[in-house]
Amino acid sequence: MNTIKSLDDLKRIREEALAKRKFTETSGATQVIVGMGTCGIAAGARETMKAVLEYIEAKNLPNIVVTQTGCIGLCEQEPILQVVISKKEKVTYGKVSPEVVKIIMENHVEKGEVVETHVIPLQG
Amino acid sequence: MAYFRSNVLVCSDPECIGKGSANILKSLQAELNSKGLADEVKVMDTPRIGDCDKGPEILVYPEGYHYVGLTVEDIPFLVEEQFLKGRPVNKLLTPPKKEEAQELSEPTSKEVRVVLRNCGKINPENIEDYIAENGYAALAKVLTEKSPDEVIQMVKDSGLRGRGGAGFSTSMKWALTRDTVGDVRYIICNADEGDPGAFMNRAVLEGDPHSVLEGMIIAAYAIGAQQGYVYCRAEYPIAVKTLEIAIKQAREFGLLGEHIFGTNFSFDLEIRQGAGAFVCGEETALIASIEGKRGEPRPRPPFPSVRGLFGKPTNINNVETYANVPQIILNGPQWFASMGTEKSKGTKTFALAGDVKKTGLIEVPFGITLREIIYDVGGGIKNDLGFKAVQTGGPMGGCLPAEFLDLPVDYERLSQAGSIMGSGGMVVMDEETCMVDIARFFVEFIQDESCGKCVPCRVGTRRMLEILTRICEGNGRPEDIDLLGQLSVEIRQDSLCGLGQGAPNPVVSTLKYFRKEYEAHINGKVCSAKVCRALISYEINPDKCVGCTLCARNCPVNCITGQVKKTHVIDPDICIRCGICKQVCNYEAVLVK
Repeated sequence: MNTIKSLDDLKRIREEALAKRKFTETSGATQVIVGMGTCGIAAGARETMKAVLEYIEAKNLPNIVVTQTGCIGLCEQEPILQVVISKKEKVTYGKVSPEVVKIIMENHVEKGEVVETHVIPLQG
Repeated sequence: MAYFRSNVLVCSDPECIGKGSANILKSLQAELNSKGLADEVKVMDTPRIGDCDKGPEILVYPEGYHYVGLTVEDIPFLVEEQFLKGRPVNKLLTPPKKEEAQELSEPTSKEVRVVLRNCGKINPENIEDYIAENGYAALAKVLTEKSPDEVIQMVKDSGLRGRGGAGFSTSMKWALTRDTVGDVRYIICNADEGDPGAFMNRAVLEGDPHSVLEGMIIAAYAIGAQQGYVYCRAEYPIAVKTLEIAIKQAREFGLLGEHIFGTNFSFDLEIRQGAGAFVCGEETALIASIEGKRGEPRPRPPFPSVRGLFGKPTNINNVETYANVPQIILNGPQWFASMGTEKSKGTKTFALAGDVKKTGLIEVPFGITLREIIYDVGGGIKNDLGFKAVQTGGPMGGCLPAEFLDLPVDYERLSQAGSIMGSGGMVVMDEETCMVDIARFFVEFIQDESCGKCVPCRVGTRRMLEILTRICEGNGRPEDIDLLGQLSVEIRQDSLCGLGQGAPNPVVSTLKYFRKEYEAHINGKVCSAKVCRALISYEINPDKCVGCTLCARNCPVNCITGQVKKTHVIDPDICIRCGICKQVCNYEAVLVK
């Protein structure tokens, strides 16, 4: 199992986790991250997540990793969706309803064109 | 008259009719009927909305959304989004108001994210994500290189103070618990977070639960505890779920349980849920709750460090306090102490709420001024109205007026000003706020949550609430202000726990800084902010009223009379001051006096 019995074990797991991340970056995979904290869910993030998954399935898109995250603190902008393509910088979108999901998936995820009208630049 | 939760006005100006608004109205009604919303949403035509060159157009109340350029094809989607899900359809709104997005373009460089560093960046349900961000490296360092005393010394050098509100020295609490004679010790994490509008702890529990677990395990090692509890309020089901997953994964990875990191140190923890009592955020009431008793505080001493859970020495800290610990260990106490002021080190999370443009969660170093928080980080007052007051610390906090905007935020200075740090709630109030109503609102909350054990709180806050309610209803008496002052002193001095002791703060601070408003309410029966319903009246301005009958049709109590195209009149005896007539009027003919 993954039981950590020593400092070396921890280091090993950390390196594996970082390697996995690097792999996702370099393999050209796209990450789509949906904020699923309570504020996100209150704003409809479950529907947003569903729309993302349904879009991927309908269009049979390969190489996409969909994950969730917690509350960033910009609760007025929820539901929040982030897109990371390979080594490019993370782009954060706000007020992403299922309808906006389609626009982002089609333009940013598939064609690589950032949808400027919905972007919210973050600090740090 | 039936009360609809939403009213839709369809413009039937000749220009809009020419563009097909009659069909829009028909198809709207049909779509609402088919979705079973006909009883909740009322559709009516109105002579004119105003942007007919962009017609057909509709207005949706109570929000005031103005949709333009509609086609019959848009209607099904619009109905589903706007009326079923309550979300406006941005692309159909008149010139989309995207100012919020643009205002965020200047990154707030005043924020320093320590506790929130991983929130929004990692998947909280994956421990490996946390480990990739150096998670559990602090624990490894502590268990393999440091003795418990050295850990406590590091925390002492950092200057960490409890983030739950009292600001007690964390290292001192740990040392006291450690030094109490006995074999069994407990660690508790206070995740009850009862302050209305506060969600700093929730963000960390949902977004980075392992940071809290790691902090607790380190604390347990330093203190010599074997068992811990996270007391999380039941109103945070997602946080509870995220914690459960995190604990399970930590156990799988051997970070909780027997012989952690192959050492002699063993520790495990459980979740206990609250049941809706604000007072259970108070440490002794919380402990009573875990023990299965009614959540009531008890006198201290003895403090929980000496005799706490099940009579054993117990260290109880807030979520945020624990979340800071791993970073202090990894980056060193000097790093932490380099931020903040002389006596308040490090950063603090705040839930910025109220009348600011950018509400949400922020984390800033101590020493930042209120002005910087509200205007630089918060973007200023919504609608660019004037600033009136900011309330810090939750329901037992005080309201500070504009003269304190340049106050650096830290524990001592907020106390001196008459407020408290609390757990980090910060509510900003604009010029349209009634401070008497605010005081009444918070006292009402506290009264509701009082456990009832001691007379000063149970009876005292009730009396205060009665007086404040009378004042807001226009029945204030000249002696009320002195009476409130006297009650405040007694309640503060004689209450058993922090809830009662802090209960008078909203009253004392508003009396001190906004006394004129109290006097106006009592002597002049005037609420200058036009909030207290008993002290205001709604009138129709005959110069502006065109007799469109919109207000009369929307009035929930049918108190407006008038013929078409003739000035309408509100009957003040029936009017409930709900404000709907003012909202729906297109001619600004409704005045509030």
